[in-house]
Amino acid sequence: MTQLPGLLDTEALRKDFPILDRQVHDGQKLVYLDNAATSQTPRQVLDVLSEYYEQHNANVHRGVHVLAEEATALYEGARDKVAEFINAPSRNEVIFTKNASESLNLVANMLGWADEPYRVDHETEIVITEMEHHSNIVPWQLLAQRTGAKLKWFGLTDDGRLDLSDIDEVITEKTKIVSFVLVSNILGTVNPVETIIRRAQEVGALVCVDASQAAPHMPLDVQSLQADFVAFTGHKMCGPTGIGVLWGRQELLEDLPPFLGGGEMIETVSMHSSTYAPAPHKFEAGTPPIAQAVGLGAAIDYLSSIGMDKILAHEHALTEYAVKRLAEVPDLRIIGPTTAEERGAAISFTLGDIHPHDVGQVLDEQGIAVRVGHHCARPVCLRYGIPATTRASFYLYSTPAEIDALVDGLEHVRNFFG
Amino acid sequence: MYQEVILDHYKNPHGRGLRDGDAEVHHVNPTCGDEITLRVKYDGTKIEDVSYEGQGCSISQASASVLNELLVGKDLADAQQIQETFLELMQSKGRVEPDDAMEEVLEDAVAFAGVSKYPARVKCALLSWMAWKDATAQALGSDAAERKTA
Repeated sequence: MTQLPGLLDTEALRKDFPILDRQVHDGQKLVYLDNAATSQTPRQVLDVLSEYYEQHNANVHRGVHVLAEEATALYEGARDKVAEFINAPSRNEVIFTKNASESLNLVANMLGWADEPYRVDHETEIVITEMEHHSNIVPWQLLAQRTGAKLKWFGLTDDGRLDLSDIDEVITEKTKIVSFVLVSNILGTVNPVETIIRRAQEVGALVCVDASQAAPHMPLDVQSLQADFVAFTGHKMCGPTGIGVLWGRQELLEDLPPFLGGGEMIETVSMHSSTYAPAPHKFEAGTPPIAQAVGLGAAIDYLSSIGMDKILAHEHALTEYAVKRLAEVPDLRIIGPTTAEERGAAISFTLGDIHPHDVGQVLDEQGIAVRVGHHCARPVCLRYGIPATTRASFYLYSTPAEIDALVDGLEHVRNFFG
Repeated sequence: MYQEVILDHYKNPHGRGLRDGDAEVHHVNPTCGDEITLRVKYDGTKIEDVSYEGQGCSISQASASVLNELLVGKDLADAQQIQETFLELMQSKGRVEPDDAMEEVLEDAVAFAGVSKYPARVKCALLSWMAWKDATAQALGSDAAERKTA
């Protein structure tokens, strides 16, 4: 078995994930390489979820009975865990949403309805990049269409990195918001945050970072990041689906208007008008995803017990090994950085003329789960002149043996369609 | 799923390339990016040609090739029967075992029976057929293209 420096003890870790023992298609061992789409859930999180429903289930922030108080304590406890996980200066800066898409839409809508100096209108500009997930493109397109603001973006270099050569023309005095991805879900690229944020700060623009592919895989410190908003989702980091996070700087959350109205987010309501609860509750209308937040808290405990720095090192070693092994496959072209430097553990590629759907299907027949398609980042496919890619993505429980299985599987694909 | 017939059509497609037509449509499968541009040419209600250009997976490309082989030269009513039978097979979730009668109608297209078990791939197989239906409606007017069930 391949031993690489920096690997976690996956043999022990994998025992926490019952699903990884599954067999598919009549006895094929499951090789799960679709972690950028969603991660698997460890027993520790599953246990907390069922304990919540078996022992503590109630609505939060309203009842005076025991269960309501327990549920509220667990829900708010999860907020504390998230705040500590991302080194937020205050727990009140952590807003629970249903996923990263909702977090990003929330930012766009706060700015669309905001007063000066935050308001995005027809005299201002919004900046994104060509490597964004659709969830960090479409909300800004909608905002631009509704306000008349101009949408601008950074292009990509041939090797899958942001082209920042025109940064002073893209981010200007008119820019109100710069929203970009920390780690690309399709290219794997880790973006140079500092350069972009420095320029945004020079012109007084706000910065929103999509950390969906970063929070699960590396230490994330919102204070050293220096962004104004950071979005991520629970189900990619061993948590349940239906829970996302938006972190925002406290003074902004105080100034910016709510988006969704309803229960929980108010202070007083009359038939004429309402006043709002302070952040984060101002942005959490309605019954929140309580069990899911509690589950995310458990996932954070799980990840923290292993150590985000160790998870990063593990994935870096795997990525180094994977790019080396994939380079041995004839006709395989990696779309994105071809080395492990400044790169996450999601690797997209094409295989000759074989369509990714066919690649994915024949890999699936061998028990290997990958993602195929445009990965909700169609502009990237257009940029590189390809209809789609096959993407393998790793996590803390992934092993070199699974990468070997992928490489063997791809050889089989080539023979099948050759 | 990948029957020999499907791979044959994928590697050696019938009637590929765009030729003169009465109507042209462009259909895409947004989940995977499969695309087809398809033209139909009619002589009255007889299908004189179905020409197409596209990109996509083996299933979508082979399906367009089978469509061309099956439909060109047929009368519209027969073609519609084939299209509907194919649609029924593809929507069967693997529960329809093609019998002799179905095989007679569908010929090579019965090879796609296995695809119907894979919900994500059914749209690939149907892409060109939906494009053909749409193009026919445009060429002949939707009244003529609506099947006059006997």
